Amino acid sequence: MSNYVYILIGFATIYAVRVLPLTLFRKPIKSRFFRSFLYYVPYVTLAVMTFPAIVQATEKPLAGAAALIVGIAVSLFGGSLFVVASACCATVFLLELFI
Amino acid sequence: MPNKKPSPFLEGMRDGLPIGLGYFAVAFSLGIAAKSAGVTPLQGFTASFLCMASAGEYALFTLIGAGAPVIEVIVLTLITNARYFLMSCALSQRFSPDTPFFHRLTVGAVVTDEIFGATIARKGYVEPAYNYGIMLLAVPGWSVGTALGIIMGTLLPARLVSALSVALYGMFLATIIPPMKKSLPIALCVACGFLFSWLFGVLPLLSEISTGMRTIILTVVLSAAAALIFPAKEEARDE
Repeated sequence: MSNYVYILIGFATIYAVRVLPLTLFRKPIKSRFFRSFLYYVPYVTLAVMTFPAIVQATEKPLAGAAALIVGIAVSLFGGSLFVVASACCATVFLLELFI
Repeated sequence: MPNKKPSPFLEGMRDGLPIGLGYFAVAFSLGIAAKSAGVTPLQGFTASFLCMASAGEYALFTLIGAGAPVIEVIVLTLITNARYFLMSCALSQRFSPDTPFFHRLTVGAVVTDEIFGATIARKGYVEPAYNYGIMLLAVPGWSVGTALGIIMGTLLPARLVSALSVALYGMFLATIIPPMKKSLPIALCVACGFLFSWLFGVLPLLSEISTGMRTIILTVVLSAAAALIFPAKEEARDE
């Protein structure tokens, strides 16, 4: 299957996800369960996709693990998206100079 | 029209500049992931231009690399982008009845975490021109960054690629970690996400499940459990 077919399927799906609520559901969602479910989805998805993948993405797993810890720490201290991403990169770069 | 108030379009460009620059840097790391999945620069540019999604595109490129079936692409795209559904629900409540319908189709196409945040932080009804101002800088930043990541990823030293490849995860962490301080349910969701994702990778039988399916299964099960145990408060709808 061509990569463009994958991309078009991904685009069609994501466009529907974004635009359907704006066109069809003009009233608030009633179901408290469904609302709660959607509320938690991004956190679980991103957590599952981050770990252990971050440890496996680097040349040395130890550097990836350090980037995870630094990323969590900088996030806790209020670092913006860009600052946290940079801190993670810098950690891996510096550590892999030595290990 | 009073002259004092800057046009929504220019305000959008002002807010879009830092968003676009941040996107450019992070998209570079997405491009490196795309490259390892066998995606060409033009394909990466197209995917980013159309999809404007970090986690969603990362998942898409992973599935391309694995040669996954169509149904897995659709289901995982739905799951990784489910938050945009929620954001669009919130945005739909902020459209003026006087705003022409087609603006819903174009503003809705580029609902991202940052753009949603900037839009919802403004008072009153959604002004489509404001969103178009952001999009003018954010969309090229994201799509050109992805293409350059694919092109340059191979030219850079391995150590630098290794370092840049964690930028995307850094962005994910910046999204999920800060709310853990304010919400115990979210803290548990993230902690359980880490724990079970790791367990699924190392336990016999479970480790044979593809990473895409693992993401789907864990997201549905853990989010449903959280929704049952900790029903979200009313204001959660607008976040």
